[in-house]
Amino acid sequence: MDFFNFTIRQIHNLLKNKEISAKEITKAYLEKIEKTDNNISAFLDLFQESALKQAEAVDKDISSGREIGLLEGIPYAVKDNILVKDFKCSAASKILENYIASYDATVIEKLNKEKAVVLGKTNLDEFAMGSSTEHSAFKTTKNPNDLSRVPGGSSGGSAAAVAAKEAVFALGSDTGGSIRQPASFCGVVGLKPTYGSVSRFGLIAFASSLDQIGPIAKNVEDCKIVFETIKGKDEKDATSVDYDFFQRKEEGLFDPSKVKVGVPKEYFGQGIDLQVRQAIEKAIKRLEGNKVKIEEISLPHSKYALAAYYLISTSEASANLARYDGIRYGKRFSGNSDFPENKELLDIYLKTRETGFGSEVKRRIMLGTYSLSAGYYQAYYLKAQKVRTLIKNEFEETFKKFDFIITPTSPYTAFKIGEKINDPLKMYLSDIYTVPVNLAGMPALSLPCGMAGNLPIGLQIISEAFSEDKLFKMAEFMEKEIV
Amino acid sequence: MPGKEETKHIASLARLGLSEEETAKIQKELSKILDYFKLIQEVDVSGIKPTYYPLAVKNVLREDRDKVFSSDPELNKKLIEAFPEKEERRLKVKAIL
Repeated sequence: MDFFNFTIRQIHNLLKNKEISAKEITKAYLEKIEKTDNNISAFLDLFQESALKQAEAVDKDISSGREIGLLEGIPYAVKDNILVKDFKCSAASKILENYIASYDATVIEKLNKEKAVVLGKTNLDEFAMGSSTEHSAFKTTKNPNDLSRVPGGSSGGSAAAVAAKEAVFALGSDTGGSIRQPASFCGVVGLKPTYGSVSRFGLIAFASSLDQIGPIAKNVEDCKIVFETIKGKDEKDATSVDYDFFQRKEEGLFDPSKVKVGVPKEYFGQGIDLQVRQAIEKAIKRLEGNKVKIEEISLPHSKYALAAYYLISTSEASANLARYDGIRYGKRFSGNSDFPENKELLDIYLKTRETGFGSEVKRRIMLGTYSLSAGYYQAYYLKAQKVRTLIKNEFEETFKKFDFIITPTSPYTAFKIGEKINDPLKMYLSDIYTVPVNLAGMPALSLPCGMAGNLPIGLQIISEAFSEDKLFKMAEFMEKEIV
Repeated sequence: MPGKEETKHIASLARLGLSEEETAKIQKELSKILDYFKLIQEVDVSGIKPTYYPLAVKNVLREDRDKVFSSDPELNKKLIEAFPEKEERRLKVKAIL
């Protein structure tokens, strides 16, 4: 049976009706990965034994006649910056190459409770810093639509695994677009939830005021199912918030004629690929045809978002990554007999971080340390945080008048491997349409919206903070009627 | 934009060892990137407060009372196994005195 195209609900029905066992499904996925991942390189680590064990437990439940949940027995993949107890978690960095997680991230705990099956860990740019997965210390993931191109990043392994049908869904993390941009490049759906809606406990921190865990899946419904499972307040993450997203039942059926969408002109300017622009404009036309009210708007501070984002995220990263010093865990590249030249404690820090971090991570630590250092703090870090306020205000004002903002997810489709790797600033500019959302904390979803040749195009729907319910309704409507 | 000495100083603040070659490369790259970041200098932010978090976060404090912390030998074992260097159950580091 070809269930690789099946959604969560479809697989659930197969299991429920005993047309196939959970073990058969997990086994088929593991075999598929063995076969196709040599070309794609989405996975860093496979959990064959434990995955089959998890699946067997589900089969026991089914044969005992107990009713099973939607996610029970569904095989999924996890970005390798999210901790799964007793398995390696490297963040695609040499410094954590042999690090074994001693606990489960809260999102994993929640998915374990639903008895979803973890297939393994997926590739990323080292510490989630990058837009192509080329900054992984271990391998470069390929775009399943064209193996000479990147899958996007930093959750490139997760997006590629879903697109290559190597997992039903995957978890990613999004600090400046790291779920949405790879979803867009690979032709799958990716959600960056509202800041604070999903616990980050057990996520290896990159930039704590921006990081958010979210799902990557084949369709909107699957994203919604996963989000409903992983959301919620967690006492272990002080920024997580209790909020019942699916309370607003009174809205009833989705009525497009009552929906108002703002289309910011700044997101269609210089640098956008013509085919991307045309695909998004076509979708907007169709929305209009479905009686959705469309208005061109202006978000004038958008042009400062990328600079503000990189100043803030690198500053936070330089602090967060200070913990990797080779002392308590991770690799120590000094201080032992292999490094007799290192005499002092300081040498351990310097040598470990020199050898353990890759070039992009070093660059960002340097940028962040620079903008936090005496003399530059006011002009760079503090200024960026003030610009952030203006960007946030601009979005909040817009959402007083509009339900959604629609933009392209990325100015272009998947680029060639190697195309931007030697020009850091060019690579940063890949995130130009996704970073403003992280600065302001709202949810945003990338939806496949046509192709440019064999390369998928992504459309970004942004809505106000804590309105995922509305966002899913709109995205499901667009998935069915528009794109 | 940072000169060579300043680049070295930033690296030392970050406890980041860099080879001469790397220092030169990063210095060049930082200049280019910071040059782009200068864009935000033209924004008028007078009277604007910084946003450190997208939502108002409060410190979470535990109730101030006695708490018995139970030791988890399994977890302890794992944490000790993660030490890069050890002697028996003790973490080994360079002499600091």
